[in-house]
Amino acid sequence: MNVMTLEMKSSTEPTQPDTDATMDVDSSVSDKQVEHKPTPVVDDVLASAETTITVRDFCSWYGSFQALHDLDIDIPGRRVTAFIGPSGCGKSTFLRWINRMNDLIPGARASGTLRLHDDDLLSRAIDVVDLRQRVGMVFQKPNPFPKSIYDNVAFGPKLHFRMKRQDLDELVEQSLRRAALWDEVKDRLKDSALGLSGGQQQRLCIARAISVGPEILLMDEPCSALDPKSTARIEELIADLRDQYTIIIVTHNMQQAARVSDLTAYFFEGKLIESGATDMIFTQPTNSHTEDYISGRFG
Amino acid sequence: MIEHAALQPKGKVQRVLKNQAFKWFCVCCASASVIVLCVLLGSLIKQGVHHFDLDFFKSPPSRKPVKAGLGPAMWGSVWICAVCALTALPLGVATAIFLEEYKPKNRVVKWLHNLLQLNISNLAGVPSIVYGIIGLTAFVQMFGFIGNLNEPGFSFGTREDWYYFQLPFGRGVFAGGLTLMLVILPIVIVSSQEALRAVPNSLREGALACGATKWQMIWTMTLPAAIPGIMTGSILAISRAIGEAAPILVIAGIVFIRFTPAHLMDEFTAMPLQIYDWAGRPQEEFHRVAATGILVLLAVLLTFNATAVFVRQKFQKPLQ
Repeated sequence: MNVMTLEMKSSTEPTQPDTDATMDVDSSVSDKQVEHKPTPVVDDVLASAETTITVRDFCSWYGSFQALHDLDIDIPGRRVTAFIGPSGCGKSTFLRWINRMNDLIPGARASGTLRLHDDDLLSRAIDVVDLRQRVGMVFQKPNPFPKSIYDNVAFGPKLHFRMKRQDLDELVEQSLRRAALWDEVKDRLKDSALGLSGGQQQRLCIARAISVGPEILLMDEPCSALDPKSTARIEELIADLRDQYTIIIVTHNMQQAARVSDLTAYFFEGKLIESGATDMIFTQPTNSHTEDYISGRFG
Repeated sequence: MIEHAALQPKGKVQRVLKNQAFKWFCVCCASASVIVLCVLLGSLIKQGVHHFDLDFFKSPPSRKPVKAGLGPAMWGSVWICAVCALTALPLGVATAIFLEEYKPKNRVVKWLHNLLQLNISNLAGVPSIVYGIIGLTAFVQMFGFIGNLNEPGFSFGTREDWYYFQLPFGRGVFAGGLTLMLVILPIVIVSSQEALRAVPNSLREGALACGATKWQMIWTMTLPAAIPGIMTGSILAISRAIGEAAPILVIAGIVFIRFTPAHLMDEFTAMPLQIYDWAGRPQEEFHRVAATGILVLLAVLLTFNATAVFVRQKFQKPLQ
């Protein structure tokens, strides 16, 4: 197996001051039991980022079927990471471990290290409700709730916070603005969210995910059910959100990965074949298998 | 090598005839049930309509057919159905939520879970008279553990108070309602389960991904989405409870009741029971009174069913 992990700058001090007070970014990720494979720092954008999610020797099973084999990767904070690979290669499985959605699947289990800053995400002690507030998720098929547009966005905040009506209104507006949907829906907030177009529904789901103030956004093929125009809007949105959130996107569309991401990880049959700066992966992949996939020779 | 041109074709006329004949056969079968229903309704209306007036709803049963009315029986039905609905709905919906939303992962618990599911599916097929006998021992007599019918082991208030309560419950409204609850509980559970199952999983995942607890997910997402389905099933179940005679017969017995129930432990009669009583009498006049009673009962049941259809059409919104 040819696993290449990306080396971050050894000092993990954030380069930009945290404006968001709710984020408890711990800068001392010093107790790394697992040694880092030293690979040259190739990209300034990535080099300046600090590691948010640390993955070492991560394996996952559904019953007796092993879906993921010994993943090693560092996911940089406030950057866009893309997971690519053919169907069934385990990229969605891995994504769903990060907010523990796999807890819902009977027989799903995992071993190894999966840390968000200093928190062990595989620990039994972790509160998944808190975790999912920190790690938002957008699904493949837009899944707006059968409620009004307003209530869709207000749903998350109402779960977590005691809020005054005014503050809630403001938060809903802020989230919808951030998701680039406000101008389209501001006059019909009370209408059913199911009346929106597919692309609008997906942006509503993004607004819903960011309304609880997450640090990380997981996107599981967010554009695969959308037309090219809506896809372009979502991609623009991802570029806008990149400054504030750590985004991990699973995609089948290699052009999309090339367009939106800073770091790309290529999965094949449950193994992480190669990961690195997106430019590098797409121009000079070190692994021939990766090259075959990105050049469209299979998959 | 088979040459298609050389093959003997099937008769064309025969083919067309068979095709038509089968269609008309199906039409006849379908109309049979409708015709039977029409004949039934027609004869009932012919027999019962002349007895049909406002007094019939007010007056108590009487030894004279002209004076006999459905008043106490209607109120008795209202009482037992209220008790039945108020107990069966929370129990049934909560059970359905447990079965659908709290699927166990542990193998032993899963086995128990499946056993419970099997049990409930089977209970839906148990004849209602059996529930009557269960109700008689469990609710009316309470297995004889706490006093007997003449000397209740525990009582609160006197028989004149509206809040009178006793243990065992005796042959009263409360025991009747609880027995009907047993009859319709499996139906309520199964239909609520189906309503919950119809809620797409993407909504559950969406709610959980926002950081909802299981309780928040059920209360704010799954249950509201399933409510129209649950209501439809429950209304149909309650309409079955209204028409049920056998278990009530075991609980209340054929008694001549001239008054509406005043408290939960009071004796009662119900519409199907009163009709049964009238229809069993030798006088021809009483049979006409029974026909009028059946008309009223049918009207009530049709209203309930129509409400169920209305709820389904009106409130069932698309969920995706």
